Amino acid sequence: MSIYLDKNSKVIVQGITGGEGSYHTGRMLAYGTQIVGGVTPGKGGQKSEHGLPVFNTVREAVEATGATHTCIFVPPPFAGDALFEAYEAGISFAVCITEGVPVHDVMRVVGATPGMQIIGPNCPGLISPGKASVGIMPGHIFKQGNVGLISRSGTLTYEVVDGLTRAGLGQSTCVGIGGDPIIGTTFVDCLRAFANDEETKAIVVCGEIGGSDEEDAAAFIAEHLRGTPIIAFIGGRNAPPGKSLGHAGAIISGNFGTPESKIAAFKQAGVPVAERPSEIPALLKKSMSSGNS
Amino acid sequence: MNLMEYQGKELFRRSGIPIPRSQHCTTPEAVGDFLAENPGEWVLKAQVLMGGRGKAGKIKFAAGREQGIALAREIMATPMPPNRQNPNGEAINSLLVEEKLSIAKEAYCAITVDRTTKRPVAMVSKYGGMEIEEVAHEHPESIAKFFIDTAIGYSPFIGRELAFGSDLDPGYRKQLPAILASLYKLFFEYGAKLVEINPLALTTDGRVIASDAKVELDDDALFKHKEFAEWHAVLPLDEDEQLATEAGLGIRNFRRFGGTVGTMANGAGLAMATMDAVKFAGGEIANFLDVGGGANAERVRKCYELVVNHTPAKVFFINIFGGITRGDEVAKGIVEALRTTTSRKVPLVIRLTGTNEEQGRKILAEAGMTPVETMDEGAAQAVRIAAGA
Repeated sequence: MSIYLDKNSKVIVQGITGGEGSYHTGRMLAYGTQIVGGVTPGKGGQKSEHGLPVFNTVREAVEATGATHTCIFVPPPFAGDALFEAYEAGISFAVCITEGVPVHDVMRVVGATPGMQIIGPNCPGLISPGKASVGIMPGHIFKQGNVGLISRSGTLTYEVVDGLTRAGLGQSTCVGIGGDPIIGTTFVDCLRAFANDEETKAIVVCGEIGGSDEEDAAAFIAEHLRGTPIIAFIGGRNAPPGKSLGHAGAIISGNFGTPESKIAAFKQAGVPVAERPSEIPALLKKSMSSGNS
Repeated sequence: MNLMEYQGKELFRRSGIPIPRSQHCTTPEAVGDFLAENPGEWVLKAQVLMGGRGKAGKIKFAAGREQGIALAREIMATPMPPNRQNPNGEAINSLLVEEKLSIAKEAYCAITVDRTTKRPVAMVSKYGGMEIEEVAHEHPESIAKFFIDTAIGYSPFIGRELAFGSDLDPGYRKQLPAILASLYKLFFEYGAKLVEINPLALTTDGRVIASDAKVELDDDALFKHKEFAEWHAVLPLDEDEQLATEAGLGIRNFRRFGGTVGTMANGAGLAMATMDAVKFAGGEIANFLDVGGGANAERVRKCYELVVNHTPAKVFFINIFGGITRGDEVAKGIVEALRTTTSRKVPLVIRLTGTNEEQGRKILAEAGMTPVETMDEGAAQAVRIAAGA
């Protein structure tokens, strides 16, 4: 199965004629994703450089193509609007790659679009290896398999995936949920989806400092995923309090969002925490073999 | 972007939140002139972003021109003393001269962004005038919270629930719902991440007034309010943020830690993991640096110079995972950057993997650089070099 995305998912790209949108549309198509069209207001009726139909509005695109998924590459001031447009047009799954979307825009969108699963913003998207990719992840490092991966980061995800693939551990779906303080889909949302996915036999959670998404994930695991092999990693253990490191959401505020709290929460839920990304494959193999015996 | 008190109070004034009468002054003479025309005792408050002004002697009472000038000079003569988050302290460039309130009670109220519920949260506590973290620690039950549905917005019952829920002095009850309404309006209108009134004073004559103002605006939303560019200019720039901006990086992409192992990686998560790897290998980190995507020669050179010129780095560990970023492009960038830089030379440790890694490694090898295989190996080698240099 995999979660959120498979071979049959029909995807449109909002911002398909822009530099980023156009480039990554080509890569997603090359990976086998069913991109069925794109949206650029004012360029409706034209073809994209990939030969895909371009529409003026998401509504037209959905009516003509039956798309259920969208991938958004529009600039930050317009990302909130793009998400609302997707929702009103009946899109059920939206990936927002854009970095720098105002936090109030995200808050308003996630509060008013029940039923639409939003990944991001400020994320690399997701990939179900061997099936489809929506976003900007480099497809060639992934391998189809049974490990579900969730991460708040981009390149760190690739680092971890590379290690898994080299160790022969393929992936069911990898989701980059994004590094902003407010995001549409959280670790818990993904864990719930993985829990219901037959293809996913083990899970890696790549968290980082800031917020309490990792603590919530640990609580969910303790309650619903005992027995599933899961390994966690927390980035930014040596970050100073009060300052964001790279990601707007990666910030320790007072005693909140510290690595200690997150590590303790995972350990309490019986989840081993890797000190370095390189330890993840071995820890996961160990956990998988003891789980099966 | 955190605002100074006088800037926050200007937003309070625009939004209809009651504030004390005040005058913002940038020189002791201006303070003297104001006090000459306005008899009675006034409060002189240093305008800084750091907390702890009272303890540092940066809030004083003055009456009349002479005393006003003398005390203003005294406050401005020395910077705020350093603390853990602000190791350099903070210079005092202006004062707020404010009406002295006769305070009966102090409370706390704020609206901020709650990450878990993804909603604005309004908070009220009867313990005002102290750090809210302290209150949360000592009297967690005293903080009443309401998570606001953005589609509905603020409604006065929220203020009533919070006033009763926090056991606020009855003197506040009538005015709190309106003050919270204005605070919510401000929060929304300006896309703030935090609006905080601490303390919210109840005066002996029954007025409810914002005695202090703390506002944090969303840097990503500043484009909606061009007028803030002017305010931004007077805010004390964090030196690391300033350096990052000069190097063409985002303000969050560079931070120094004083150690001897310089680092650079592409992507924030990988850059944090790189720091952690150096620490794990027993080294002291010089800096965090996320070079972002598209690490071309110009970018790499600026980052290299940023680290060697502004940190005590004895080695520079470059950790690149080529996803979208192509390994050969980065390798060319590194070689070119080192060839063109005029800054001091430190040994490089390069880890380059992912897209086009073979071509990248070949380019580095031809330039006499030998990349390491893994992040752990790179961290260990960088730490050894820093220790031996």
